[in-house]
Amino acid sequence: MTLDQPKYKTTDEVDFVIIGSGAAGGILAKELSGNGFRVVVLEQGPYLTEKDFVHDEIKVLNQDLLTNHPDLQPTTFRKTPQDKAKPQRALVYGRLVGGTSTHFTANFWRFHEIDFIERSKVGPIAGATLSDWPITYGDLEPYYTKVEWEIGVSGLAGASPFDPPRSKPYPMPPLPVKSSGVIFERAARKLGWHPFPAPMAILSEPRPGRSACINCGFCLGFGCEVGAKSSSLATAIRIAEKTGRCEIRPNSYVHRIELDAKGRAAGAVYFDAERNVQRQRAKAVVVCANGAETPRLLLLSANKRFPDGLANSSGYVGKNLMLNSGGVTTAVFDEPLNDYKGFAVSRILHDFYELDADKVGFHGGGGLDARFDMTPIGFALGNLPPGSPRWGKAFKEVLSHNFTRTCEIFGHGTSLPVESNSFSLDADLKDAWGLPALRLTYKDHPDDLKLTAWLNARSAELCDAAGAKKMWAPPVQEQQFAVHLLGTCRMGNDPKTSVINPDHRTHDVKNLFLCDGSSLVTSGRGQPTMTIEALAFRAADRITALAKRGDLPT
Amino acid sequence: MNKDLSRRGFLSQSLTGVSAAWISAHWPAMLSAAVHAQKARSGAPAKLDFFSPEQAAEIGAVTARIIPTTDSPGAHEAGVIFFIDRALVTFAKDDQKTYAQGLPELQAKARELFPSVAKFSGATAEQQDQILQSLDEQSPAAGSRRSRRSTAAQSFFETVRVHTIMGFLIDPDSDKRGNHDGVGWRVIGREPEHMFRPPFGYYDKDYPGWQSNPPDSEKSKS
Repeated sequence: MTLDQPKYKTTDEVDFVIIGSGAAGGILAKELSGNGFRVVVLEQGPYLTEKDFVHDEIKVLNQDLLTNHPDLQPTTFRKTPQDKAKPQRALVYGRLVGGTSTHFTANFWRFHEIDFIERSKVGPIAGATLSDWPITYGDLEPYYTKVEWEIGVSGLAGASPFDPPRSKPYPMPPLPVKSSGVIFERAARKLGWHPFPAPMAILSEPRPGRSACINCGFCLGFGCEVGAKSSSLATAIRIAEKTGRCEIRPNSYVHRIELDAKGRAAGAVYFDAERNVQRQRAKAVVVCANGAETPRLLLLSANKRFPDGLANSSGYVGKNLMLNSGGVTTAVFDEPLNDYKGFAVSRILHDFYELDADKVGFHGGGGLDARFDMTPIGFALGNLPPGSPRWGKAFKEVLSHNFTRTCEIFGHGTSLPVESNSFSLDADLKDAWGLPALRLTYKDHPDDLKLTAWLNARSAELCDAAGAKKMWAPPVQEQQFAVHLLGTCRMGNDPKTSVINPDHRTHDVKNLFLCDGSSLVTSGRGQPTMTIEALAFRAADRITALAKRGDLPT
Repeated sequence: MNKDLSRRGFLSQSLTGVSAAWISAHWPAMLSAAVHAQKARSGAPAKLDFFSPEQAAEIGAVTARIIPTTDSPGAHEAGVIFFIDRALVTFAKDDQKTYAQGLPELQAKARELFPSVAKFSGATAEQQDQILQSLDEQSPAAGSRRSRRSTAAQSFFETVRVHTIMGFLIDPDSDKRGNHDGVGWRVIGREPEHMFRPPFGYYDKDYPGWQSNPPDSEKSKS
């Protein structure tokens, strides 16, 4: 599949170097190379393909086959800037060609209109740096549609009364319903709510070179062996490679963006697989390294002109991190659901997307889904009812009874942006390459915790209405582990309170662009990848327009 | 119902739905995976890489109390001891010490509680359970969502417990010698295939198909 790939020399000044090959980087690579530009994509992880995507839970999950490895890239955590950070595994992301889109759940909700204009609508919220986006849902709508059609999203238009307007239906029908979905749908309707088929970035119908989902059951956390999961790897990157103008260069760990004498980005400095330092020259740099690694790279690239981090005149690089709030309620039913078959989610609801703060006493909103995203070992070690026997005959009994009869109701919700919630460089800890480690600072806004508890209560109502035999939920706690990495280089018109402008161009460096979860201004209600990909399609249009009118330095 | 849907079966019958390019790109890998799995199953009796036969008998006896053989197969039938033996020279090398130190402690505990018992494997099932009960410090609680990401089990018993569960439930097609013949999956009700067709379970088998939500003009907001 790499036959058509050009091999650029590091001394070639390509048009764009893109750092990161995930949800955003893959799409930008496809679009920019498709528009005639010469592109090098530097990906820190390996180039794996379908044949590598095994169902071995130990290899994939415990040994981090697809994800950042805590021994190589250790991290620290603290709740507030006043605390001393302690070494602790603080985040997980896909570290391979295709990035996190390779192993995600593939829930593909569009954001709603409210997510872009929430600050205007609700006013200031104490303790939060809530802000409107400089673009609206209407600006992004054509790009949401583009994601659905080009990347491949299954779903049913018009099934949710809360859906924002759309210009086109989904390109393919929803995936089949699972038993968890049927239980969810019936119970939700009993309660007067509006369940609907989950939009998923997983194929319900085959596409050229890709199979429809075969329901293997090793989905969340695993790469798809038949290309049904609409990852950047299975979609955009393959198209980018076919242009003959895009080189995907794996095992390339970028740790510095260099500026030339005029203050323009000159290229990216990276460690190759042998840990030799290489420099790729480029006319412009696009960073799509995710909401943790993008700000880290800018902070690592501090120089005389930008002593606090590249493109960080606002001081906002790494700040306003949002992880999305969320709670899980697990339920056991009388009859086998066999929910281990298939993708994770088949039914969701958005009745609580916009809650009335005056009524509920907090700001925010969310959605519920019915899912089973566990694989056998993980289930046996972590998903039996609290207090269950942990070994012996009684353990075996509860395990063999529950595995086919369990599902989860997942509440996904807002995280309000809080300025001190951030990714930054740890002062002491270094990674295996000698670079400062990522430090997570996070303390949920009190409203986020109230929202989680509120959604948990709705999940419990739903499980009751569904006739669950048993249900439980862990107590609501402040988060200290990051999966969704949002808001850390936010978009805005004001250079004092944002890092990039609506074209994804940094306010400070004219030929430096950022596009990934870090660009988001608000957190939506829990499913960010669809929006990250829509932004990437839009960013590619904006960047192409700038380049074509000669507005990029050459 | 899905017996004919092996992954290889899938390849041959899905020619209509999947492009020839996909088939040609993936056929060799899928084929070799299938052959490999076949070989692992039908091959010569597994040999030990880490344990002595005596040690294997002791640890094997522990695994057989963690997931006992009842009216259905347990850790013994799943060949968990061979999984652990290979684990300790591959991905779980760091746990060698835990086993090396834990085994004498296990035997000491056995003699302490039952002076007539020379070896753990020589005790009755009830005695074995009592010995393990006293070793089980109830360390990490069940129910933590992210516990599967961490294998950092500390005590000897907890290490063997986690390894036993892994060896019982690992994908039998993996190279880890666990879940022999897929018996672990059979016990928990997971069918052996890696592809399935709906209906999947009891509640979706009579699903009439998607019907719109009943009309209610008001968007309900709480």
